[in-house]
Amino acid sequence: MNNSLTLLGLLSRQPSYGYDLKHSYDRYFGMGKPLAFGQVYSTLARMIRDELIRALGEETGAGPDRKKYEITGAGHERVREWLFTPDVPSETLQSNLFAKTVIALLIDDDADRLLDLQRAEHMTRMRELTRLKKDADLLQVLICDHGLFHIEADLRWIELTSARLTQLKKELQSA
Amino acid sequence: MTASDTTSPILRARALHQSYGQTQALRGIDVDVHRGEVLAVMGPSGSGKSTLLHCLAGVIAPDQGTVTYTPSGGDALEISALNEPKRSRLRLSEFGFVFQFGQLLPELTALDNVSIPLLLGRTKRAEALHRSGELLDRLGLDGMGAKLPGELSGGQAQRVAVARALVTNPAVLFADEPTGSLDSLASENVLTLMLELVREVGTTVVMITHDARTAAYADREVMVRDGVIGAGYRVSS
Ligand SMILES: Nc1ncnc2c1ncn2[C@@H]1O[C@H](COP(=O)(O)OP(=O)(O)O)[C@@H](O)[C@H]1O
Ligand SMILES: [Mg+2]
Repeated sequence: MNNSLTLLGLLSRQPSYGYDLKHSYDRYFGMGKPLAFGQVYSTLARMIRDELIRALGEETGAGPDRKKYEITGAGHERVREWLFTPDVPSETLQSNLFAKTVIALLIDDDADRLLDLQRAEHMTRMRELTRLKKDADLLQVLICDHGLFHIEADLRWIELTSARLTQLKKELQSA
Repeated sequence: MTASDTTSPILRARALHQSYGQTQALRGIDVDVHRGEVLAVMGPSGSGKSTLLHCLAGVIAPDQGTVTYTPSGGDALEISALNEPKRSRLRLSEFGFVFQFGQLLPELTALDNVSIPLLLGRTKRAEALHRSGELLDRLGLDGMGAKLPGELSGGQAQRVAVARALVTNPAVLFADEPTGSLDSLASENVLTLMLELVREVGTTVVMITHDARTAAYADREVMVRDGVIGAGYRVSS
């Protein structure tokens, strides 16, 4: 998730203090991982530099937490560009697991076990997310579901690969 | 015979083999089901999950191997060595069952469906209906007791089936793809309500599912593949 653009998006609703932005962020996206104030203020400073936001009438001798920030026209454009540019599906985990599976087969190690261990790890994370959903509000439920479906997709790949290991091994050895 | 303690598994299967003609459904399975846990049994279709459940629950006696049931505060009992009438009595008094579909009697109301196991166990009718009604309420079916199964949604019908399986307060609930025919939302609803109830009472659950999101409601999972437990899920003893 892109924290800067998320903050910018929150700010595009109305001018806000850094403090309020942080709390909005934590409420919608924090989920056990709230933003540090330092990170909020350094992000705001960078966005001022890039002219995506500007600080409104400062109070005398005020630190950054006493300033109100407002999004600029360029900022609005940046948010829309972000919203309507699709993301590249993440493939990092899969490619590492793919590499491990192939190597295990190449060195005649237990690829089945490797995949089962990965599955168990995935299931542990799915149980955590499922537990989180129990007393969560609908927003949090949606975030957990998003995570659950993604992990499930990996699991399907693991499943199919498990079923293909014998064939895969033959192909690798004849290659 | 060893008396149970709180750490002994409630069900222990060792070296289970089961064949149907040429098909080897189970090829040497070892599984422990811990007391009070919700265990998911996962695996591809045809891998032997239902056969394993049937052995654990004493629906069938395996060709080879043992299944030992140790009730809380009772002596260990080798289910796999009992004849069918004895297994049948054990199932009725100790176990509850939920399947994927078609378990409710279509001509009986939801309330009557739930009360059947109690009436078979000779509970008085008024008492049976009272307890059944309470359980329907707990499963979010207040006011639905008079409906026929055909008048219920898939999720509601499965919750009635869950109520019927739990009404005798079984030690172990066996569920074979209990939400297999439901959409995601109905499925979540059934699982959440069912597991809330069993966790409150401490019922042990063995739940078959090929679906990871369903299995994530359990405390633990084992994987069955081609009639054996997956390499990463084997018991050590
Ligand atoms: N009563 C039966 N008669 C003949 N074959 C059976 C019977 N029960 C199961 N099998 C076979 O045993 C294998 C395992 O079946 P099952 O335990 O139902 O698997 P799962 O529940 O994982 O789909 C399959 O090949 C299935 O066709
Ligand atoms: Mg089955």
